[in-house]
Amino acid sequence: MSKRRPYVRPMAGWWRKNPFFVEYMIHEGSALFVAAYGVVLLVGLVCLAQGEAAWNGWLAAMKHPLALLFHLAVLAMISYHSWSWFKIMPKTMPPLVIGGKRVAPAMITGAGLAATVVASLILLGLVWGMTR
Amino acid sequence: MGDDAMSRPLKRSNAPIFWGLFGAGGMLAALLGPMLVFITGIAAPLGFILAPDAMSYANMMAFTGHWLGKAFVFAIVPLFLWHAGHRVFHSLHDVGIHAGMVARLVCYGGALLGTLIVAWALLLIGF
Amino acid sequence: MARTITMEVLRYRPEQDAGPVFQTYEVPFTDDMSVLQGLLHIKDELDETLSFRWSCRMAICGSCGMMINGKPALSCKTFLRDLAPGPVRIEALNHFPIERDLVVVMEDFIDKLERIQPYIIPKEPRTLEQGEYLQTPAQLEKYEQFSSCINCLLCYAACPQYGLNPDFVGPGALALLHRYNADSRDGGAAQRMELVAAEEGVFNCTAVGYCSEVCPKHVDPANAVNQNKTTAAADYFLGFLKPKGSRT
Repeated sequence: MSKRRPYVRPMAGWWRKNPFFVEYMIHEGSALFVAAYGVVLLVGLVCLAQGEAAWNGWLAAMKHPLALLFHLAVLAMISYHSWSWFKIMPKTMPPLVIGGKRVAPAMITGAGLAATVVASLILLGLVWGMTR
Repeated sequence: MGDDAMSRPLKRSNAPIFWGLFGAGGMLAALLGPMLVFITGIAAPLGFILAPDAMSYANMMAFTGHWLGKAFVFAIVPLFLWHAGHRVFHSLHDVGIHAGMVARLVCYGGALLGTLIVAWALLLIGF
Repeated sequence: MARTITMEVLRYRPEQDAGPVFQTYEVPFTDDMSVLQGLLHIKDELDETLSFRWSCRMAICGSCGMMINGKPALSCKTFLRDLAPGPVRIEALNHFPIERDLVVVMEDFIDKLERIQPYIIPKEPRTLEQGEYLQTPAQLEKYEQFSSCINCLLCYAACPQYGLNPDFVGPGALALLHRYNADSRDGGAAQRMELVAAEEGVFNCTAVGYCSEVCPKHVDPANAVNQNKTTAAADYFLGFLKPKGSRT
């Protein structure tokens, strides 16, 4: 009779056992903040559709210290999302070849982050220009 | 597994739909997310950099009344929700809550519901 | 007098152990000794019952992968001097069933290796008289890095998605699949697509990226898997445009 008895190890808590996985769980966790922010915008949009009184109620809620604190937390986590999104990008996209040479991973990450800065400034400039 | 795994018929994954929405939302969140949060959550409410009435009812109705504003809102809000829903769905699997119908319903159903509400609100605001 | 280092080795002897247990050995070492040589010292001098796989001692056979201080690594390529003062914790590769001590069951991977059709399926069959298939350096570069895989399974031990769902084809086999798909002489991408796009395929990957970090041959399996997500998604959506019945 065979004495084989392969032992399967449990996976519970796998992500706590390696700093690489802890980082992975943090950047995956940024999704909760993206979702929360999406819901805040969704509620705002519904208020807007309901009329001026409802919209002003939403605006007042946005000025509450807790709302500001919440948005600071969201800002931190969504910025972390930007950073991790472009950090992973060299692994997730097909190799980029320019002038016969493969673009280095750090260049791709850098270009993504630079695009974020440019897009952010354009967005802020547009909003500033349209509302001043 | 052995022969079982080899002979088991393969079922095509429907993930491309959800993966595509996840990627589009993730890219938008990465490019515009931080500044959007800063504008709507900090700058406008505090009147910091922006005018204190930047998000006034009149301004927002003018913005969402224009088809370009509508397109922007309809891209941002639903895609953020689809991005987050897909990620949370996988994170649930990661922590041992496996891809059941309930997880699917909460994550993707929530995003779908959000999308429908956005569409309804934008139509209500009118053109 | 040689320095010594404590090696804590995960033992599992199915005939006597209910589950794996650590056993500690004091191992004398010199600066030129790898973890594998430390294990060989244990087997030769201290405890001949310890089981582990090894062959070439020079990071090309891919036999001696194990968890070293919680990270997947080739034991022949990891040096005791870098782990001093220790202790050094050695375990069988994560996510595989343990057959005995540091030896894992790898049938599942062998099955997967067969399923990806890891050979060139000629785009245009040529007779001997027609001569060899020609390839330019640029065409070679498209797949060369993915051909460096030595099947050491470190990427599988680094992949939580494989650990959570062993049906997932996994990083190593998919990188090798991509190696053939990306070869200008190969025309098998369409028939490999069935597996790539299946529920067992690329979409199990959540781009953790640790597989590429631990790969001793810089294959970058994460990149291979994610490139195939793009092709599988394109194939999925283009499939709706094709006439009914022609979809794979």
